[in-house]
Amino acid sequence: MSRGRYGNHGGQYVSETLMNELIRLEESYEHYKKDPDFIRELNTLLNEYAGRPSLLYYAEKMTKDLGGARIYLKREDLNHTGSHKINNVLGQALLAKKMGKTRIIAETGAGQHGVATATAAALLGLECEIYMGKEDTERQALNVYRMELLGARVHPVITGTQTLKDAVNECMREWTNRVDDTLYVLGSVMGPHPFPMIVRNFQSVISREARQQILEKEGKLPAAVVACVGGGSNSMGMFWNFIGDQDVELIGCEAAGKGVDTALTAATIATGSPGIFHGMKSYFCQDEYGQIAPVYSISAGLDYPGIGPEHAYLHDIGRAQYVPVTDDEAVDAFEYIARTEGIICAVESAHAVAHVRKIAKNYSPDQSIIICLSGRGDKDVAAIARYRGVEIHD
Amino acid sequence: MLKNKLSRVFDTPNKKAFICFLTAGDPTADCTVEYILEMERAGADLVEIGIPFSDPTAEGVIIQDANIRALKGGMTTDGVFEIVRRVREKSRIPLAFMTYANPVFHYGYDSFFTKCEQLGVDAVIIPDMPYEEKQEMEGPANAHNVAVISMIAPTSEDRTREIASEAKGFIYVVSSLGVTGVRSEIKTDLGAIVESIRRVTDVPCAVGFGISTPEQARRMAAVSDGAIVGSAIVKLIARYGEQAGPEIYKYVKSMKAAVAECKEDIPDQRG
Repeated sequence: MSRGRYGNHGGQYVSETLMNELIRLEESYEHYKKDPDFIRELNTLLNEYAGRPSLLYYAEKMTKDLGGARIYLKREDLNHTGSHKINNVLGQALLAKKMGKTRIIAETGAGQHGVATATAAALLGLECEIYMGKEDTERQALNVYRMELLGARVHPVITGTQTLKDAVNECMREWTNRVDDTLYVLGSVMGPHPFPMIVRNFQSVISREARQQILEKEGKLPAAVVACVGGGSNSMGMFWNFIGDQDVELIGCEAAGKGVDTALTAATIATGSPGIFHGMKSYFCQDEYGQIAPVYSISAGLDYPGIGPEHAYLHDIGRAQYVPVTDDEAVDAFEYIARTEGIICAVESAHAVAHVRKIAKNYSPDQSIIICLSGRGDKDVAAIARYRGVEIHD
Repeated sequence: MLKNKLSRVFDTPNKKAFICFLTAGDPTADCTVEYILEMERAGADLVEIGIPFSDPTAEGVIIQDANIRALKGGMTTDGVFEIVRRVREKSRIPLAFMTYANPVFHYGYDSFFTKCEQLGVDAVIIPDMPYEEKQEMEGPANAHNVAVISMIAPTSEDRTREIASEAKGFIYVVSSLGVTGVRSEIKTDLGAIVESIRRVTDVPCAVGFGISTPEQARRMAAVSDGAIVGSAIVKLIARYGEQAGPEIYKYVKSMKAAVAECKEDIPDQRG
C-alpha cells in the first residue's frame, strides 16, 4: 500500500503528473522540519508576526452559566488574520520558498485560508492566486477584496456547485498545469499525502500550547477537548498532542446544516460513506453511485463533503467522537458566546461552542473542557443578521 | 498476460491506432450507443467510454461540461453498463471505461469488473489512480481480464521505468501538463518519453491530451503507437447534440486516415 495511510484511509489518489511533485514536497518537508534555520524562521514568524502563543482563556461566565466543567477557550481567533489558518500557511509558504517556488495557489471557502495565504505570500514575496467558489465570492465579497488588497489574484470558480470542493478541484487542475514553479498550499488536513501530515504538524502547535497551558492552570489534563470539523485542520491541531492521553475525550463537531436527516447537511461522519476523492481515501457525502453530494452548512468553512483521513481513522478506532451540530444550534451559540463572554467567534467555531453548551453539565466542576475557538466572527456578522431576518445596510 | 480484445487494437507491427473518447449519456444513452457505432464504422480502433463523475479533476471545461450534462440527464454507472450491453448487440469493437476512482470503488471493485468482463470491456483508465495506488484495483480487474491502464506524464521522469515495466494493455502517454482539452500546440518531447518506455516494455503507447487536428494526430502517432482524442469529439457532441452522428463519423474518419498514413519516425527498438 502507498504512503500516508491512516488505517485504510489517506493515500495519494492523484494524476500521474502530480506524483513526482508530491514526492519532492514530502522530501523537502522531511528535510526542513529538522533544519534548525527553518525551525527558527518559522517560530519567529509564528511568535513575532502571527501573535503566538495564543491565549488559553478561562471562560468563567460560561462555566457558571452552564454549570459543570470549567470551560477554557483556545483563542486561535486572536491570531493575525483571525484564525488558526495562519499556523499552517506560514509553514507551507516558508517551505515553498525554501523549495525555490515563486508562486503559491490555494482554495478557500469562507475566505479565511485565502486571506491567510495571501498574507503569507505578501510577507514572503510570493505570487499568489486564490480559487474560490463563485457562490462564496458573493457570500464573502469583503474577503475577496481583502485578498486583493494583499496582492493576490482571486479566481471565482464557476464549475460544479461553485463552493469549496469545486475550489479544491480547480486548484488541483491549476497545479497540474504549473507544477514547476508553484506549490499548492492546501488549507486543511486533507488531500493526497503528504498534505494531511504536513498540515496536521503545522497545526499541532495549537495542542502543544494548550496542553502545557491547561497543566499550568489546572494542574491536570482536561476531561475533553472540542473543536469544529470541516476538512478538520483546527480540530486535528487541537487533538494531536492529546491523542496519547487516553482519558482526554476528543470531540469533533460537524456541520449538520438543516439536520442530518435532511439533504441540506455537511456532516460527513454522520451521513457519509467510504470513498476516494480529492486525492485521499476517507469518508464522503455521496450518492449510491459514488457521485459527490452537494453539501450545505451556514458555515462556508465547514461546507465540505469530506473529512481528513486521520479523522476518519480516529473515528474508526473510536479514539475521537464526531457529533453533528445544526445551523440553528450554531447560530444560537454564536449569539450566546457574544453575550456571555464578549467574544464574536467564527460561525465554524460556534459549532464547537454549541456542543459544549449541551455537555458541560455532564462533567464535575473539578474537570475542564477546552474549546478550540478557531476563528473570529467578523466575517459572519452579515450572514447571522440575514439568518435572523435583520437587514443591514453598509 | 491478459487475454482480451486490447491486443487487437495494436495488432500489426506498423499499425497506428486511433482511440476515441466520449462521455456516456451526453446528450442521451441512445446517442452514446449510436455514436460509438459511428466511431467504429469510421475506423476507430478502441472507444473509451467516460462514466460521468461529479468532480472530474483531470478534465478541462469541455469534458467537465459533458459530465454535468450526462449526470443531469440521469446517467448512472448501471446506465453506462446498459449502454455497453446495447453496443455489444451490434459490435465487437474493443472498449475501455474512463472514469475516476470513486465511482468504481463505490460500486465495489469485484462487482464492477465482473460486469466489465461479462460485457467485454477490456480496460479501465482511472486518472486519479497512480502507480502507487492502482494495486487495490488491479487485483480484481485482472481477475476479470480487465487491464488497468497506466499513465505516464511529462513529469514522470524517473518513474517512467517502474510504471512502464508493470504496464498492461497499453500505456497512456499524457502529452502535456494540465488537464484534458484542445491545445493549439504540444511542446513535450514525446519521442523521448516513448523511447524511454520502449526500453523497458513492448506494451504499446498511445498519446492523449490536447490532440484535435489530423496534423497533431499524425505527429503523435508518428512517435508512438496511436493517438487518443477526447475533447475535440465531445465538443462536436456539445455543438450538434442528438444530430452529431454524421459529424463524428466525418471527424473520426479524417483522424483515422491521418494516423494510418503516418510513418514511424523513431527506430523501433521492440522485439
